[in-house]
Amino acid sequence: MSISVKEASEINREISERRAPDYLDQLEAEAIYIMREVAGQFERPALLFSGGKDSITLVRLAQKAFAPGKIPFPLVHIDTGHNFIEAIEYRDALAEKTNAKLIVRYVEDTIKAKGLKEQTGKNASRNWLQTFTLLDTIEEFEFDACIGGARRDEEKARAKERIFSFRDEFGQWDPKRQRPELWNLFNGRIQKGENVRVFPISNWTELDVWAYLKREKIDLPSIYFAHQRELILRDGKLLNNTPVIEKDPEDQIVTRQVRFRTVGDMTCTAAVESSAATLDEVIAEITISRISERGETRIDDQQTEAAMEDRKKGGYF
Amino acid sequence: MDLLRFITAGSVDDGKSTLIGRLLYDTKNILADQMEAIERASKTRNAGEIDLALLTDGLRSEREQGITIDVAYKYFQTPNRKFISIDAPGHIQYTRNMVTGASNADLAIILVDARHGVVEQTRRHSLIASMLGIPHVIVAINKMDLVGNSEDAFLEIAKSYTELAEKLSIKDLTIIPVSALNGDNIVERSQSMSWYTGETLLSVLEKVNVLKDQNLEDGRFAVQYVIRPQTDDLHDYRGYAGRVQSGSFKKGELIKVLPSERESKIAKIEFGGNEIEEASVLESVTILLEDDIDISRGDTIVSVNNSPIVSQDIEALVCWMDDKKTLKPGNKYILQHGTARSRCSVRDIEYQIDINSYEKLDEVESLKLNDVARIVLRTAQPIAYDPYQQNRANGAAILIDETSNVTVGACMIE
Repeated sequence: MSISVKEASEINREISERRAPDYLDQLEAEAIYIMREVAGQFERPALLFSGGKDSITLVRLAQKAFAPGKIPFPLVHIDTGHNFIEAIEYRDALAEKTNAKLIVRYVEDTIKAKGLKEQTGKNASRNWLQTFTLLDTIEEFEFDACIGGARRDEEKARAKERIFSFRDEFGQWDPKRQRPELWNLFNGRIQKGENVRVFPISNWTELDVWAYLKREKIDLPSIYFAHQRELILRDGKLLNNTPVIEKDPEDQIVTRQVRFRTVGDMTCTAAVESSAATLDEVIAEITISRISERGETRIDDQQTEAAMEDRKKGGYF
Repeated sequence: MDLLRFITAGSVDDGKSTLIGRLLYDTKNILADQMEAIERASKTRNAGEIDLALLTDGLRSEREQGITIDVAYKYFQTPNRKFISIDAPGHIQYTRNMVTGASNADLAIILVDARHGVVEQTRRHSLIASMLGIPHVIVAINKMDLVGNSEDAFLEIAKSYTELAEKLSIKDLTIIPVSALNGDNIVERSQSMSWYTGETLLSVLEKVNVLKDQNLEDGRFAVQYVIRPQTDDLHDYRGYAGRVQSGSFKKGELIKVLPSERESKIAKIEFGGNEIEEASVLESVTILLEDDIDISRGDTIVSVNNSPIVSQDIEALVCWMDDKKTLKPGNKYILQHGTARSRCSVRDIEYQIDINSYEKLDEVESLKLNDVARIVLRTAQPIAYDPYQQNRANGAAILIDETSNVTVGACMIE
């Protein structure tokens, strides 16, 4: 398709007059595109909602992708019973505000129904047991795609996972047999019983998520901002003082001003000492932080060098 | 601040992982706990010094074998730009991974070992970069310290690379002498190669203009999903959700829907439920038309006076990606192009391209994993495409195996 000299010079002028696109706009457009691919390619998708900032971001992106219609898939929460109360309250309010369908399934119920054995001891967590409830929920509702808020900058195994991540009928991820993912052509074809995990904010960093929350003026659960809290000081990490964490003689109970940088289960999410009370202050702290998000706050990833890789192979998010 | 996606091609032996590690380290994008983890890992493997390459090795099997199997993504930023580094393995058996990584890259860094110069692998990586239409190529001649930081050695390799590049369609080429190990000309200017007056690697990465690479002329919009709220107040609302693949669309503009050829006018463009005047390349928007015509996922909206080719007969360069089955004339697949899917059959393999020597091989009966060839396809439904080298977004397609559902081929339509 040839263009005349005149047209070419006009186009060049147009280019120089246009401002360079902002990275947040670029990331947002990509994520909305992915959301719409899910709606277009699958019959029964779901959005896995945890109450954390990444899934809060997903909900905003889904709203934008399908406006003025409502989000065409339910929000699904796998409730471990170990969640922060602030995250649960936020979840319910958000579902009401967005008029989205909310499905909650409880790990507690799976434990009882299947006689699953829970971890015991001071570092016991229901993190791994979530997988059972998740797979049951996928089966119950016949979900063929589950949208999640995982990011590639979080962790080494996630850095290698596709945006459309194929899972077999047992929910398992096989890193060696991933489908090539070319251009923006996502292949969501599956057999009945299989499903695809979709990660629209794969290419976002932690800081991008915070910057987006700020730009979109999104309210967050209060635990993301500095507040006084009673905590368990264990191995240098500050955990919420709650009955679901078994105490150890060496634990100290302290009161500190903290915020949570990530919000997962109380058993495996540590707080950081902070006085950041606003989004701007949080962003400023993270920008100069010399420790990664999961390194600072996640206890579940630090057990072995390949902890996340192993959990994903077993059907984890 | 905008975003640049670049792929690094080369093998472990060329110091590719070290180069990426060096970029992250010198731009202060490695955090304290990540650094400690690398120090720990370096010690357990008796590597002695801190091995920056360990930053990019993700999966356990990769760390055990000391190689990169899959495409890995790294994220970093400088005050001027955000970067997504795409790290793909370089050996010939991983050609499909490099093609995958290259498909989304704005720029390619091709690593050449200064001791060995332009080798078969360099030719292969350059062909893939050119075939995938990556607009900018940086050739980083690495390990300059091992050839005495010699200007003559650099010039000789640069000359032979330039000759190679002439056979390919590389639009913007930069050649830089570097040492990833010592950090020479990566972020900091080299003290040992004062004869080099060009830019550092990071400086090129920061300055490359990627907006100009987009096709801003040809209005193309593949419909992904039809938004129909069907509520009382939005009873007749019918919005076409999609991403502008190339060009732009304005309110009031005349458009044509393909393959049906029906014409209409843009009544409204919306983003996130709010009306906007214009939508440009790569923006995800919703288009509303004045006429109530039948449009569904897979249709393409185009500017009325600027049509792509609409045909059931397609010729394409294909990179074959299935390690189990071969591609043969007569085989049937699903072609996914934009948001459209159509069954197709392979009519012919015109010729195969030897990706190391660039020779054309005739009378090829089948293609196996990592083979590149020009093929002829016949689709069940007409496809509205542009040639790939003019329009990456609307000239790309994938082949899907109908029984296994696996993505088996990458097509660049000619």
